[in-house]
Amino acid sequence: MIANQSIAVEFKSVMKSFGTKRVLNDVSFQIGQGQALCLLGRSGTGKSVTLKLIMALMRPDSGEVWVDQSNVVGMGEHQLSLVRKKLGYLFQDAALFDSLTLYENLALPLGRLTKKSKDEIDDVIRRVLTDVGLGADGAKYPSALSGGMKKRAGLARALVLEPKILLADEPSSGLDRITAAEIDELLMRCKTERGTALIIVTHDVHGARKVADQVGVLDKGNLVAFGSVEEVSQSDNDVARRLITE
Amino acid sequence: MRWLSRLFEFVGKVGLFSLRVLIDWLKPPFEFAQLSRQLAEVGNRSLALVVVSGFALGAVMTLHTRSTLVTFGATAMIPAVQAVSFFVEIGPLVAGLLLAGRVGSGIGAVLANMRASEQIDAIESLSIDSFKFLVVPRVLACVIALPFLTLFMDFAGLLGGFLSEVLSSHIAPALYLNRAFDYLQWSNFIAPTLKTAVFGFIIGSVSSYFGYTTDKGAQGVGEAATNSVVVSSLLIILADVLLIKCIFFLFPDTAI
Repeated sequence: MIANQSIAVEFKSVMKSFGTKRVLNDVSFQIGQGQALCLLGRSGTGKSVTLKLIMALMRPDSGEVWVDQSNVVGMGEHQLSLVRKKLGYLFQDAALFDSLTLYENLALPLGRLTKKSKDEIDDVIRRVLTDVGLGADGAKYPSALSGGMKKRAGLARALVLEPKILLADEPSSGLDRITAAEIDELLMRCKTERGTALIIVTHDVHGARKVADQVGVLDKGNLVAFGSVEEVSQSDNDVARRLITE
Repeated sequence: MRWLSRLFEFVGKVGLFSLRVLIDWLKPPFEFAQLSRQLAEVGNRSLALVVVSGFALGAVMTLHTRSTLVTFGATAMIPAVQAVSFFVEIGPLVAGLLLAGRVGSGIGAVLANMRASEQIDAIESLSIDSFKFLVVPRVLACVIALPFLTLFMDFAGLLGGFLSEVLSSHIAPALYLNRAFDYLQWSNFIAPTLKTAVFGFIIGSVSSYFGYTTDKGAQGVGEAATNSVVVSSLLIILADVLLIKCIFFLFPDTAI
């Protein structure tokens, strides 16, 4: 059990269905500030939906979703925008804005949500792009970036506001081992240097073993295992054990 | 009867979507940067299409009108017929339909692609109201650009008709212009031009509705583009009938 003030995200009996298909079934968990949670599971088991519920891009059918001590379920748009400022989201395909350059993709949230001057914004963008290895690519449009570069650019946009909580949807999918390891390294640095809480949806067990303090395994909408890597590898649940020890 | 209930459901949803556009227009923050970007997209990039189409339509119309009026010995009426028909009806309606094709399909496809590739979710995740950021500037750009594009179409049509008539009958330019504007009153000109702002609202809001609300991934992009053009065009033609009745009511002199 984590002390209330240091809980980053908490799910309380969350249910979510699409039509007749139950995607999340009575899911409850919590992670603390500065911790990393990796959500594992087969495709279509509700992992990405979990992230979208945290960001309040979807509403659950029932249950509560607490983000930094605020229940985002039923929250108005204005309050929601205040909560979202504490969150960063790396989308599965990066979801960069096609019509904007990489620099403009990062400048958009900085210009609108902070009171930074143009020079300060330039400095932040230069630093973040250098951190993700794209220091020389700010003028490029997303269409000119490779898959790995898009992922890193998406991560840069998610980090540019220095969020307290970072949500990452398959940050290393479709990447070679070296690039995937670089992304894992970046995520680790966010956690250790900035104290950012990470919730990572992934199929990459090697990456999860490196980054995660906690691992959750979703199967058919149920959270069948939750705990440290060692705890999950000794779980009674066959799917969880197989996923973590593969 | 299921199609009827689906039709009512659709009309209700588009109506509420359009109402939200009107309400959000008036609420800060105002997206001026996005508006100017969309004005360039809707206005500048449609200008060539509108001018060339207007010119060709004006020339062709004059050729057809001439062959008919010659029969009645009324060729002197050609400039007036050309100007009145273009300014009162053909210019506004054809501009509306052309723009429904070019701009409507573009808005529908772009927004549907943004929805499918999670760009709209990304905007929301950055604490930006995606509706105000994406939809409102597009609709407003259509409302502002349509009357101006219609004027370009009207004058391009007049020029096309003029050149066609000069080549056919060697009429003096000053005489052509005098006859063209003899029967044209301000009410023939202002109200029909301004009614295209309503066409712009229809194109912007209907196309944005199809693009913004799609949930069919890549398949939804094509559907949104097609539906935007078909429904916008139909609604423009229907709205035209209603607006003409309104114009006749407000300016009885124009109901010849």
